[in-house]
Amino acid sequence: MDHSVLAVGGAVAVEADRSAVIHLERIHKTYQMGDFDVHALRGVSLDIQRGEFVAIMGPSGSGKSTMMNIIGCLDRPTKGQYFLEGIDVSRIDKPGLADIRNKRVGFVFQSFNLVPRTSAIENVELPLVYAGVGAAERVRRARQTLAEVGLADRERNMPNQLSGGQQQRVALARALVNNPSIILADEPTGALDTRTSVEVMEIFQRLNRERNLTIIVVTHEPDIAHYAGRIIQFRDGRIHSDVRVEDRKDAKAILNQLPIEAEEDDA
Amino acid sequence: MNLAAIIKVAIRALNRNKLRTALTMLGIIIGVGAVIVLVSIGQGAQTMVLDSMSSMGTNMMFVMPGTMTFGGASMGLGAANTLTDEDVFAMQREIPTIAAASPMARAQGQLVFGNQNWFVQISGSNEKFPKIRNWPIEQGEFFTDADVHSASRVIVLGKTVADKLFPGLDPVGQTIRVRNLPFRVVGVLAAKGQSMVGQDQDDTAVMPYTTVQRKLLGQQIPSISQAMVSSVSQEASSVTQRQIIDLLRQRHKITPGQADDFTVRNMSDAAQTFQTMSTVMTLLLGSIAAISLIVGGIGIMNIMLVSVTERTREIGIRMAVGARPSYVRLQFLTESLVLSLMGGLIGVLIGGTLAAIVSRVLGWPTLVSGLSVLVSFAFATGIGIFFGYYPAHKAAALDPIEALRYE
Repeated sequence: MDHSVLAVGGAVAVEADRSAVIHLERIHKTYQMGDFDVHALRGVSLDIQRGEFVAIMGPSGSGKSTMMNIIGCLDRPTKGQYFLEGIDVSRIDKPGLADIRNKRVGFVFQSFNLVPRTSAIENVELPLVYAGVGAAERVRRARQTLAEVGLADRERNMPNQLSGGQQQRVALARALVNNPSIILADEPTGALDTRTSVEVMEIFQRLNRERNLTIIVVTHEPDIAHYAGRIIQFRDGRIHSDVRVEDRKDAKAILNQLPIEAEEDDA
Repeated sequence: MNLAAIIKVAIRALNRNKLRTALTMLGIIIGVGAVIVLVSIGQGAQTMVLDSMSSMGTNMMFVMPGTMTFGGASMGLGAANTLTDEDVFAMQREIPTIAAASPMARAQGQLVFGNQNWFVQISGSNEKFPKIRNWPIEQGEFFTDADVHSASRVIVLGKTVADKLFPGLDPVGQTIRVRNLPFRVVGVLAAKGQSMVGQDQDDTAVMPYTTVQRKLLGQQIPSISQAMVSSVSQEASSVTQRQIIDLLRQRHKITPGQADDFTVRNMSDAAQTFQTMSTVMTLLLGSIAAISLIVGGIGIMNIMLVSVTERTREIGIRMAVGARPSYVRLQFLTESLVLSLMGGLIGVLIGGTLAAIVSRVLGWPTLVSGLSVLVSFAFATGIGIFFGYYPAHKAAALDPIEALRYE
């Protein structure tokens, strides 16, 4: 990709990459560890277009987690620029980043990260609370999104009353409820068995296909990465490879071949 | 931001660990309760004493004759006959800030009516007694100037005496015997209740001081035991006192440097001294209680710090889905505020109940004043905010990445 025009400045960059949801411009991230400087990212440039399904891979220490934190606006780059939907978010302050995360980023974590002792629907409502949406509207939208991930009948359940797959779907609904620009999933199947993993990937693929949602999955499982349309490999704080997936897997087809297990029914 | 949602989350978080919440609240409950109880007892005692002081008569002062030494032994105040009714008339005449003054003479005796009898302290006064003592007549009327002049055998009874001698009868117009002399009952004083030392003020009888001197005591040289003076206002009472001293020194020909042969006791001075003293006492009690409130606040801080640590991951989640640091801060501040306000509310209820029990048991008029409720509530709120701020700030300052990783 050609980034030559972008070096001029943010305003030009917005014009030049209007279509890219994520545009990273020579991102560096350095951590101070005592006397050492740890270079987690060493000048990463990357564009992700709307509607892409991207898998980020790499061994631990490769910088993929740091990448993920920066893309998710949980962290800021030490150097370089990051445009999320044309907005330069690399220099926004903490409260501003919170707002960006709230409206434009949906997180899905390996360990689900639902708020304990809080019902499924209230977990899904959480981003809407911080967005200042009124109670009635919150419930309506949370209910609708829960139905979309196939949990319409579980909205009153507490996280500990849900299976792993169900919890991850609640987390997914929470990520989706505020209509974000991107869904950012960090090892979303890491704590799930094979069938449930495929189920979650099926939802990702469906959302990607039907709603043209941009999805970024960080994983170390090549198996999971192949549900994506593009795989980016990180190594030593740099992009090692960035390839289109030729033999992309179709979760729905795979799911139909898998033996059906008793208690979990999928939407 | 949504206040209802914040409060809901705060209450849920507090509900999660009920025992811990209750124990934390207990600190505030005890603190607020103690403030309410102690301040209301203090104010109750103050009110009680001031009430009985003002029931003695407003702006009143006593002038007592000086002491007399008899063979080396001091006979105490009032023993000497250095005060005369002429002194009192002079005071009344020459000091404009005196509203009313009366010579007083005392006697005691058995009052007899039919087959009833009652022993009583008899005060001799002039017709201004009701005005000076701020003591209205309930039945009949008080004796007059003419009665004083002619030393008439008339008597006004206190309520208790009237009830004892005339159970179910109208005493006015009846004749009773005092020391075997017939006296006409002209009036009954209104009930006044207990004095500050618990004495029944209605167990008394009043007659002209001239009557006491001549008829009851049979004095050859009439003397008065003291003079009762009321000043036109409380503000004027110190001026009045000064002027009485000047006048009496002049009349008694006391040279400068020589001691007074009389004493002026100013009730409003005493009241003022007492009021200052009891205000200090109340403040002292209140501040001791306030210390326990601060200790309660430290308890809140402690538990909120624990709570922030325990919920680090939850804070991380909330931040990840878009909670601003200020929102997280508000969330935890609300929690400590709910703790302290609930504690405050329960404390007010318990304190109020205890104050009521104390008042019932001791017979004190404890007053749970709106001010002390307001102040202790405001104090509890302040404690909640003050001691909740640091933990809340700590929560808000968390890094979402670190917080999400926290186990």
